[in-house]
Amino acid sequence: MIHKRVLPILFSIAALVAAMSFTVPNAPVLTINFENVVGNKPLVLDSITYKNELGQPFTITKFKYYISNISLTNSEGKVFPFHDTYLVNEEEPTSKKIGIDYIPSGFYTSITFTIGVDSAGNCSGAQTGALDPINAMYWVWNTGYIFVKMEGKSPVSKSPGNLLEFHIGGYKAPYNCIRTVTLKFTKALTIADDGYGYVTIKADAAELFKTPTAIDFSKLSSVTDFHNSITIANNYADMFSIKE
Amino acid sequence: MRGKYLYISLAVLFIIASLAFIGDDKYWTITKEDVKLDFPKDFPKPLYDFKNNIPTPEGFTLGRKLFFDPVLSKDSSISCGFCHQRIAAFAHFDHPVSHGINGLLGKRNVPPLQNLIWEKEFMWDGGVNNLEVQPISPITNPVEMNEDLKDVIMKLQRSRVYPAMFKAAFGDSVITSQRLLRALTQFTGLMVSDNSRYDKYMRHEDTLSKTELHGLQLFRDKCAQCHREPLFTDNTYRNAGIAYDSTFKDSGRIKITGDKRDFMKFRVPSLRNIEMTYPYMHDGRFRNLKQVLDHYTQTFTKESGVDPILVNGILLTEQDKTDIIAFLKTLTDKTFLYDRRFADPNMVRY
Repeated sequence: MIHKRVLPILFSIAALVAAMSFTVPNAPVLTINFENVVGNKPLVLDSITYKNELGQPFTITKFKYYISNISLTNSEGKVFPFHDTYLVNEEEPTSKKIGIDYIPSGFYTSITFTIGVDSAGNCSGAQTGALDPINAMYWVWNTGYIFVKMEGKSPVSKSPGNLLEFHIGGYKAPYNCIRTVTLKFTKALTIADDGYGYVTIKADAAELFKTPTAIDFSKLSSVTDFHNSITIANNYADMFSIKE
Repeated sequence: MRGKYLYISLAVLFIIASLAFIGDDKYWTITKEDVKLDFPKDFPKPLYDFKNNIPTPEGFTLGRKLFFDPVLSKDSSISCGFCHQRIAAFAHFDHPVSHGINGLLGKRNVPPLQNLIWEKEFMWDGGVNNLEVQPISPITNPVEMNEDLKDVIMKLQRSRVYPAMFKAAFGDSVITSQRLLRALTQFTGLMVSDNSRYDKYMRHEDTLSKTELHGLQLFRDKCAQCHREPLFTDNTYRNAGIAYDSTFKDSGRIKITGDKRDFMKFRVPSLRNIEMTYPYMHDGRFRNLKQVLDHYTQTFTKESGVDPILVNGILLTEQDKTDIIAFLKTLTDKTFLYDRRFADPNMVRY
């Protein structure tokens, strides 16, 4: 008589276990690790003195940027877009590692992303997470996100306190500082059925002041609105590369 | 025996006091009816979409509390309602420019708050692109409330009343900048002025005097190109021939767009409740409507950068000006100015 009562319970447990294993599949996860550097040196806030293209010494006290609209292209040319926005902040190690869930397994040849926040993201009112205005990457007087923020010091800077202050943003023409980057993997990025992908992207802060326009800190030490913003945006367009 | 009378008197007093509170409750309580999205039929479609922020009595009540709470400023001295007074259609009554903490002065005239959900952009220069994020400007402006959003949130979290109010409005007591801003938007977004004598005239519910009608006719002929009905603005930015002030150093929209053609351009403000929002223009330089009309009848040089439709001046006789002003006063909306929903809940009912 007892087994008549026990069986249904066993069945329910079995069903529950089965259900659980179906609802939580082993979703492949791509981890993107952002490694901030300055030329061939690691980026260390405050303590290392770097030199720009003109040989002017400078230190970095703050380095933050938005990455959004990431997409991966597979070996058949199919594009897989992801819509989250990430704020990478040198000061917060956890922000430098971002995880993208639910990537179909396969071979991927390139990654594309936006430096900054697209037009819709700039016009959508009060937001949360990476786009919360409390992250201090937000312009109040002229609504919009600061896409890349670099602060530091250089003895040649004529700003008060020898400060360097580069707050670059703006989504409206002709001062649109959104830049899109596509990086090719020299060896296809493989994401196995039950596996994980891992890629490290280097961000070279020196590139803000390097190509195509070398910045002279004695002449330009502060960009905090549309004045000269395009020059710096064109410079940071090539600051990312894949670390093989 | 004396004790018995004392108890009875106390009980009677208590009942009277309670009755007073019941009456008050009705005045202050926000009902579902109060937050219904029911917009004037002759207005265009609102530009702010309430889809992600549907007003509720709890959300609106929270927004109202925040709007009138000086806790939003650094030293708890200035609330939104300090500069945005209900009696002035939420402009700053009789103040040329805004006042902030420590007695600091801003450089622009406080705009009225009304029909905000039909505005494409905010501030005199259109620098803010969404109603939800607009309050961050006065909160963080050093000469207004001079506070940090992070600190505002921290203060609200520590408060005895706010966590419960956020819970009532949003389902849990987590306080985020988004919830703070959306609650404020529920409050300010419902400030709709559509019941002036002009509106009633348009709906055939009221009549206008001969003078007012003549003023309306002149207005449509000479002013409505920019101050377009029914909102009395075309949502553009124009150079109205207001001379650059070397002390304020305010060059207008050029600061937002970087476009030289936008030098000294400011938004075309709505004229609703204009009687109550004096002084006028972006820096409050004109004390009354007569001065404004006198300004517009003068001629300008092309080099001045003034809007082409104003170069030759608007032709108006003194009688015309009187009639236009008479018409403009029909835009005063007492239903809106005395709407109990927008009254400061910290005040004694008046």
